[in-house]
Amino acid sequence: MKTFKGRVIARGSFEGEAVVSHGGVNTLATFQKSAMANKSAVIASDQNNPDLFGKNITGKALCLPITIGSTTGGLVIQTVCAMKINPACFLFSEHIDSLAASGIVLARVWENSDVIAVDCLGSEFLDSVSSGDRIRVDEDGTVTIL
Amino acid sequence: MEYRMQLTSQQRAVLDGAEGEVKAKVMRTLVEFGEIFGAEKMVPVTHAEGHLVTSFGIGLLKPLFRTMDEMIAAGLKAEGGFTVDPRPLDYDNVRCNALLKLVFNKFMYSAQQRYEKQLEAMGLRNEDAFSCTCYLKETGNIPQKGDVLSWAESSAVVYANSVLGARCNRNSGMLDLFGSVVGCVPYFGLLTDEGRKAKWKVYVRTTAKPEAQVLGSAIGMKVMEDVPYVYGLDKWLGSEIDDGTEAYLKDFGAATASNGAVGLYHIDNLTPEAKELGEKLIREDAATYIVDDEELERVYKSYPNMWKQGARAKLAFIGCPHLTYGQLVGWTEDILATLRRSGRKKVRVRTVLCASPAVVKKFRHDNAPQYAEIYACGVRLTSICPLMYTNNPLTKSTPIATNSNKLRTYSAARYYKDAEILKIISGEA
Repeated sequence: MKTFKGRVIARGSFEGEAVVSHGGVNTLATFQKSAMANKSAVIASDQNNPDLFGKNITGKALCLPITIGSTTGGLVIQTVCAMKINPACFLFSEHIDSLAASGIVLARVWENSDVIAVDCLGSEFLDSVSSGDRIRVDEDGTVTIL
Repeated sequence: MEYRMQLTSQQRAVLDGAEGEVKAKVMRTLVEFGEIFGAEKMVPVTHAEGHLVTSFGIGLLKPLFRTMDEMIAAGLKAEGGFTVDPRPLDYDNVRCNALLKLVFNKFMYSAQQRYEKQLEAMGLRNEDAFSCTCYLKETGNIPQKGDVLSWAESSAVVYANSVLGARCNRNSGMLDLFGSVVGCVPYFGLLTDEGRKAKWKVYVRTTAKPEAQVLGSAIGMKVMEDVPYVYGLDKWLGSEIDDGTEAYLKDFGAATASNGAVGLYHIDNLTPEAKELGEKLIREDAATYIVDDEELERVYKSYPNMWKQGARAKLAFIGCPHLTYGQLVGWTEDILATLRRSGRKKVRVRTVLCASPAVVKKFRHDNAPQYAEIYACGVRLTSICPLMYTNNPLTKSTPIATNSNKLRTYSAARYYKDAEILKIISGEA
């Protein structure tokens, strides 16, 4: 069991499965296909991200360094949160980037989303966690790999 | 909810709902966003005209349309108006077959008309305001040095910060408009003196003027989101910003912003803050990066070729970001001269030159004979964004050549240097 302490961006608690991307997550490319097809879950569709491609990320703890890609990224996060097909939490190893931060705030303010976000967990966090691990997130930003 | 940020009484009143619930939500979004980055205050937007990145009515983004409707119903507007990124479609000049059109119209940009009406209601300047190069004189959304902006579009933000000396963070879609609606933005990052200091010293030591798009790409990939201070480029560009330098820095900056995440660069002895403050802009702990011919070649050769093996270009996009007027004239002259030299009447590859509506209008008006000639050769002028064309998954089967490192990064298009793409277009390669 390993524990990491990050900074709370959007507060909440969670226990469930981790999905891990070691590279930056291209938000539009990852979420676009499932969201446009109005699916009940997001199957990650970015072919350039072998860590995530084809995985179901809805309701999971998405562990990533930052998000990358189109400046629509914030709107895409807001959209999947509005559709309630978002990852339950975004766990950033680095300082959250401005596009993801926009998305989390837009989701919270305009969609009353309960999406959780924690950043600054450190590179060791991403080195330690694997897709499929059980993970717990506490309200104070503590993340435990169970 | 309690915030750490110090707000003026007027900002606090807006946040508390004195000007309505929707405007309060707009302000709350900006305040909470700023607090994530340690902003301690909101500062006035001093260049009132905004620039928005989201120009396309992509059906997926339903909350965008709902939020726009909420703001319109509440009587909110960007009082200074705004320009916006290019439209996604122009079937007259960027030909599409029935299947491509079906995907564009029914699945991708199905909400385009609705969204453009919303943009008009929120303060869109006019129907010609669709360009990523709003800062060029033909479109004329030009901030002054020191102005605080609420813009998005990475290539426009890096240009405004670096070449014009304005101050703007790399904003997300929607937050660009929010800042224009409430007239203030959170103070952090590239708005602050400290945030504008360089973490990298870059030395350009090439034996010829480097290709802007490759140099920008190399620096972007190295420094990522940091600020570079670039030495040695004034040797090739001079120490004054003229039309040619503007065009070079536009393309250079777009590559730094898309191949990395650069929001500001300083060019020694050329860009306004570098001329004013020089090495005072460099942090003591700045790292060093040397760019020579070998390094540029290494970067150029590292670009993946996503075409099928043995494929040849069937379409060429030139002008991402949109071409300046001088670039449009230059490409036209070069294409016509190369065709004459090779004895061809038509371009070998369907070629699309992209420029702002204002630049295209000026070109068609001032250069009517050349326009007719290049049109007859099979070249088309448009004001769309080629990225929005290549977002259609069905375009991936078409080998697209481009001289844009931004387009290369976000699509399956293949990058070629200017001289190479000219040969491809004219059939010399």
